[in-house]
Amino acid sequence: MLTLTSPVETPLHRVRAGVKLAGLCGFTVMLFALDTPFPLAVAGLLPLGLVALGGAVFAAHAGRMLRPLWPFLLLLGLWHWWTDDRVQGATIALRLIIAVAAANLVTMTTRLADMLAVIEALVQPLARLGLPPRRVALVFALVIRFIPVLSDRLTQIAEAFTARSRRKPRWRVLVPATLAALDDADRVAEALRARGGAG
Amino acid sequence: MERNLTHIALFAALVAVLGLVPPIMLGSGVPITAQSLGIMLCGTVLGSRKGALAVLVFLALVAVGLPILSGGRGGLGVFAGPSVGFLVGFPVAAFVAGLVVERWSAPVALAAGVGAALGGVIVLYAIGIPGMALMLGKTLPEAALLIAAYLPGDAIKVVLAALITRGIAQMRPGALLSRP
Repeated sequence: MLTLTSPVETPLHRVRAGVKLAGLCGFTVMLFALDTPFPLAVAGLLPLGLVALGGAVFAAHAGRMLRPLWPFLLLLGLWHWWTDDRVQGATIALRLIIAVAAANLVTMTTRLADMLAVIEALVQPLARLGLPPRRVALVFALVIRFIPVLSDRLTQIAEAFTARSRRKPRWRVLVPATLAALDDADRVAEALRARGGAG
Repeated sequence: MERNLTHIALFAALVAVLGLVPPIMLGSGVPITAQSLGIMLCGTVLGSRKGALAVLVFLALVAVGLPILSGGRGGLGVFAGPSVGFLVGFPVAAFVAGLVVERWSAPVALAAGVGAALGGVIVLYAIGIPGMALMLGKTLPEAALLIAAYLPGDAIKVVLAALITRGIAQMRPGALLSRP
């Protein structure tokens, strides 16, 4: 499965994941402390500049990742045009775009393996409470492996249904799909135990 | 032990796969996706603790950059967007839904329906609406008004969660881990 990491190499790809994440946290906290459009626009120059460094293809990818925001921006625009409170509307909209763009930037420039390494480091303290990081890593690997498997299963179930009935399958596939997930879970558990357990 | 791990993993994968199912448009033009139905099922089928953990694993994979949130969204950006409250509320919703099914000995469909409504709608909205109010700079009633359009879809999902949970209990009585 594709991840959201951009294949275009930018200077940010070489920065360590932990550093980028800490920077993102600081930047986002700062965004929420600014409450007028002008300083926000200045802060927005940072992610904008970093996106520009990546070139046209990278910038287009970054633009596409902002698409889910449009309904909210449209709503904000209409709302604040109606209430005649445009400065506040601009502040909220700018903050939203910049915060999401900065977070997307970190996602686009960090490989999945590096992000997973950060998570493993974060759960390290839980080892004392009886949750070894190895086990967390195993669960993550299982999920990533089983998303395409379950996706194919769902398609098969829907096709089998359409072969038998003229109705559309819609929600009826969900009972067999959930049972399939439960069955797979049992089989994988047996396979794990046969290979020495989850550790 | 291994069974707990694999159940959490497989249900996290199921929630992700349900996000890939194309959304159904309601009359009002609001898309309803099967993903939040998956969140309810995590709770009503796996039970409170395992259901919440499965949803947490799913959210962690969204955060590290897999495009598995409905609509192909993912990455850290979704946690900086207006729906962040709903994402944070997902594991709590699954936990509450599971708790109701575990603790209330009513018929499975009824317990699952009430659990899904309490967890997947009331608790989820109680966390999601303040999040949206904060991110969009609106008051709580205003934010509630903005998401009222999703209520009919969520009502349908509650009914479906009840029916699916009952279906599983009927076909494979031992499989409903929330009712040991």
